[in-house]
Amino acid sequence: MHYDAVLAETTGIRGADGDLVEAYTARPMDPGPRGGMLVIHHMPGYDRESKEIVRRFAVEGYDAIAVNLHWRDAPGADPDDAAAASRANGGVPDDRFVGDAAGAVRWLQERPTSNGRVATIGFCSGGRQAVLSAIELDVQAAIDCYGAFVTAEPPEGFPIRVRPIADRLGDVRAPLLGLFGNDDRNPSPAQVDELEKLLREHGKTYEFHRYDGAGHAFFSVDRPAYRVAAALDGWQRIHTFLATHLREG
Amino acid sequence: MCTYRTEKIDVRASSGKGPQGWFPVRTATVYYDHPVHALHDHTVNIDFLNPELGPGARVAVELGLDDARALLAALQATVESAAHH
Repeated sequence: MHYDAVLAETTGIRGADGDLVEAYTARPMDPGPRGGMLVIHHMPGYDRESKEIVRRFAVEGYDAIAVNLHWRDAPGADPDDAAAASRANGGVPDDRFVGDAAGAVRWLQERPTSNGRVATIGFCSGGRQAVLSAIELDVQAAIDCYGAFVTAEPPEGFPIRVRPIADRLGDVRAPLLGLFGNDDRNPSPAQVDELEKLLREHGKTYEFHRYDGAGHAFFSVDRPAYRVAAALDGWQRIHTFLATHLREG
Repeated sequence: MCTYRTEKIDVRASSGKGPQGWFPVRTATVYYDHPVHALHDHTVNIDFLNPELGPGARVAVELGLDDARALLAALQATVESAAHH
């Protein structure tokens, strides 16, 4: 039988400004070498389902980690309370996200099992942050699951600190997989078209898949937005993409 | 969709009852987004918060759109009648 033990545990990593930040990790117990996965949680927080995704990547054979991006807003709080506190504080600032994500990527690269290659995947607000990670960090692949405000401006008077990063897409330095629902309004199909156009113009490597009958958050198994056909195909695309880009070079 | 849209108001002299009992409310955020618990794709969510007391000082509701409209009408009627009290 195949040896499939996985260790999942909470740990502390050094994030932005050297702060100690909570993170959830899951690792196969075989010696590797293997790639690493940074899971970027959605705006509702560092919750049970986000941790389930971390474990899923470990079962698939990757070292995986998710940083609690709301840790500073509400250390030790329930995920929904922490998400509410983050929202009241104006959301997660980009520079803090980049610092925390860099710490998580470093943690993955420092595992004795690491093959040196790391990918990021983000859902909802984390989708935009996954694109940002492909601009700012030393990662070998990034996956954007329905991230809003990559190209579109937030509405006027918008209290969350988020701005488009369309002007920075020329600096994307990793292949990008994008998974989107055609019934989504943030990002809308037109906004996904715009993102695709900009990536093409910049000569970037990308692969987009769009699903009819699916809206925002179609991967969320605990929400009415879940769409089984889109999610199953999406997971297949994710695993194929990672098998290509996280292989030892 | 994630609307991200958030209305935030300062609350000056009001109270809420959370898991630790009554506390003075300082902030209320109102937004239309994915609920944690209610079985809708999106709900009108209200968080009554006191950040000084920590993230657990929170009274949260997730309202279906029809329920939110009914609440709005009830608030309107109550506030108007209070003005003539």
